[in-house]
Amino acid sequence: MKKRWICLFVENEIGVLDRISGLFSGKSYNLDSLTVGVTEDSTISRMTISLTSDDRTFEQIKKQLGRSVEVIKVVDYTDTPIHMKEILFVKVNHCSDADITELFRISKVFGVAIIDYDSTTVLLECTQTENRNDDLIALLKRKFANRIEIVRGGSVAVEAVSMSER
Amino acid sequence: MRQITGAELFVKALKEEAVDTLFAYPGGQAIDLFNALYGEKEIDVILPRHEQGLIHAADGYARSTGKVGVCLVTSGPGATNLVTGIATANYDSVPLVCFTGQVATHLIGNDTFQEVDFVGITRSICKYAVMVRKREDLAETIKKAFYIARTGKPGVVVVDLPKDVQRAYGSDFYPEEIMVRGYKPKLSVHMGQINKAMDILNHAVKPVFLIGGGVNIAHANKEMTQLAELTGVPVITTIMGKGAIPTTNSLYVGNIGIHGSYAANSAISNCDVLFSIGTRFNDRITGKIEEFAVNAKIIHIDVDAASISRNIDVDIPIVADAKKAICALLEKAKPLHISEWTDEINRWKKEYPIDMGKIGLTPQMIIRSINELFKDAIVTTDVGQNQLWTTQFLDIDENNQMLTSGGLGTMGYGFPAAIGAKLGNPHKDVIVISGDGGMQMNIQEMATAVVYELPVIICILNNGYLGNVRQWQEMFYDRRYSSTCMRYRRSCETGCNQPAHCCPEYTPDFIALAESYGAKGIRVTKAEDIKLALNSAKQNTKTPTIIEFIIDREVNVMPIVPPGNSLNDMILESEEGRE
Ligand SMILES: Cc1ncc(C[n+]2csc(CCOP(=O)(O)OP(=O)(O)O)c2C)c(N)n1
Ligand SMILES: [Mg+2]
Repeated sequence: MKKRWICLFVENEIGVLDRISGLFSGKSYNLDSLTVGVTEDSTISRMTISLTSDDRTFEQIKKQLGRSVEVIKVVDYTDTPIHMKEILFVKVNHCSDADITELFRISKVFGVAIIDYDSTTVLLECTQTENRNDDLIALLKRKFANRIEIVRGGSVAVEAVSMSER
Repeated sequence: MRQITGAELFVKALKEEAVDTLFAYPGGQAIDLFNALYGEKEIDVILPRHEQGLIHAADGYARSTGKVGVCLVTSGPGATNLVTGIATANYDSVPLVCFTGQVATHLIGNDTFQEVDFVGITRSICKYAVMVRKREDLAETIKKAFYIARTGKPGVVVVDLPKDVQRAYGSDFYPEEIMVRGYKPKLSVHMGQINKAMDILNHAVKPVFLIGGGVNIAHANKEMTQLAELTGVPVITTIMGKGAIPTTNSLYVGNIGIHGSYAANSAISNCDVLFSIGTRFNDRITGKIEEFAVNAKIIHIDVDAASISRNIDVDIPIVADAKKAICALLEKAKPLHISEWTDEINRWKKEYPIDMGKIGLTPQMIIRSINELFKDAIVTTDVGQNQLWTTQFLDIDENNQMLTSGGLGTMGYGFPAAIGAKLGNPHKDVIVISGDGGMQMNIQEMATAVVYELPVIICILNNGYLGNVRQWQEMFYDRRYSSTCMRYRRSCETGCNQPAHCCPEYTPDFIALAESYGAKGIRVTKAEDIKLALNSAKQNTKTPTIIEFIIDREVNVMPIVPPGNSLNDMILESEEGRE
């Protein structure tokens, strides 16, 4: 099992998202995240799909996506240098003053913005890789168990311009 | 530019696509389309008695003519009645375009009367599904639908037509060509891969061809026969591939699979090169996958990249249309010196033939008689034992064709498919081989066959059981005949595990039923009467004929690979050990 990335160019039409997500659910493929948005060409949408699978299943997934009429192009990003980011909001509730101080400290270390707060609630915004976001969530869960609310956007990815690290 | 309604454009489009037969059932959200078809002379509009029968008929028409089958039904229940037929056709790569009426666009989402999200319902069981939301898009969408249905790996396209789009005026232009940027059927053959494949084949000691339905779909039977004869390599087929070369050709070994022949399954298990074309290696043919063709180098040609290296690992994958690939192979082919191997296969064929014995009225006798009496025929099957026996005993050559629901295995397919086949091939004999159970799943189409004067010959192999399931219950479930007896009545004791002389009468009486529809009915209980009945059906050219063959209630399909076994680990005969 390995983490994979696919970039998908699809027709910007009603029902295409259903077609793609339905392919994953119908064939029992694991899907970690799927994001979609319109491209510079308004008739084309671009999806970033992240998933975890073995080699054989992954080959199947790419072929199944490719044979869908609505799919214009499938690009495998797994071994390509890419930039990727995921937007993440974490709201921490019922904070004491000490909690708030601690959250400000965490935000510095993790490079996370605190975009809103009041006397008992803090809202963090994090735009980093899926893995970094996972780490942050793990830490916050440990420290503020049962008091956090998480919203994740799913990853978006684009090929690197110069050869760079992930 | 002339302004016409969407419905008028629809009719124009059908004509441009050379549609000569339309399978159609009306309703409120399709009434404008039917209005535009009224009095139309170029298109034969057929009204079946149920939308499921309708789409299987379109399917049989398409499989037997090679043309696209076209359906038109209303929204809601009309559309949902198509679902089984869509999945059936798509699974077997049959080109169909299904037009469905839909409520007007401004009403969609309101739980309007007879509104269903048909595109959503069918998305996972068809090749492409689309709703036409604007009158301007209508012509292009219909063009696209026919193009996608018929090219590449053929399949079903659903076109949902809202009522306001049908009624709206717009241009009468219908395009001649279309480009779909996300859809590029593979047209070329990779010669490098072909050369590699031929190199492997030419060095083989024990090679076989394994041919699936792809060769029949590509109409490459003649080329395949040439390839087999030129190389001398034995040919094994899947059920869907049967007829790829004439079954009477000495190079033909038989069907592979859980009810395949001993010789075919043994050849696959022992071969050193498995050259496969147009099959997806599904579980029905591979048996225990870990032990499938373990010693073989495997070459796999398929038009669908997704079928390659999915169920088995392949050494040489080739994505190509079967006909184009076989033509390319023919250029490189040469005779192989493999007489030891072919002798061995012939020995297996001789020692372990599929044979039901000579006692009673067996399906083998019935199907062999059909082979003898009908030389230019289309035979459709239903699903169950009747289908498996047909695939075992029916001869197919250049003039005969078999239509069967292989992928989905849809009971109720055989009879309506025959109606479609007869409409498309009025001069051929069309014969249905059905079970007593499956025949009742679309029996209402008797009326269709009668009113359109389609003299199809319906052979019901009546064992009074859902025989295929009963066989499994007998062999693997301790004879617990749960819900498989078709002669059961309230008066029966519960927990019955065998037929008896005192079983209640079968209902319906198929002969009386045939007569009530204005058709002919013949009941056959003895082997001597088989040919008499078939001949008399052949002579009845005005109405359909039902021949009800009363067969042994517990006769089984043999041989069989029990679930979980590898292909060469078969049970060859029933316990009673027939003569
Ligand atoms: C629509 C549908 N329902 C159920 C089944 C499962 N099934 C497969 S074969 C079979 C028995 C068919 O009985 P019959 O039509 O009498 O044919 P026989 O096997 O007796 O020849 C059944 C129930 C199916 N294939 N299709
Ligand atoms: Mg039966």
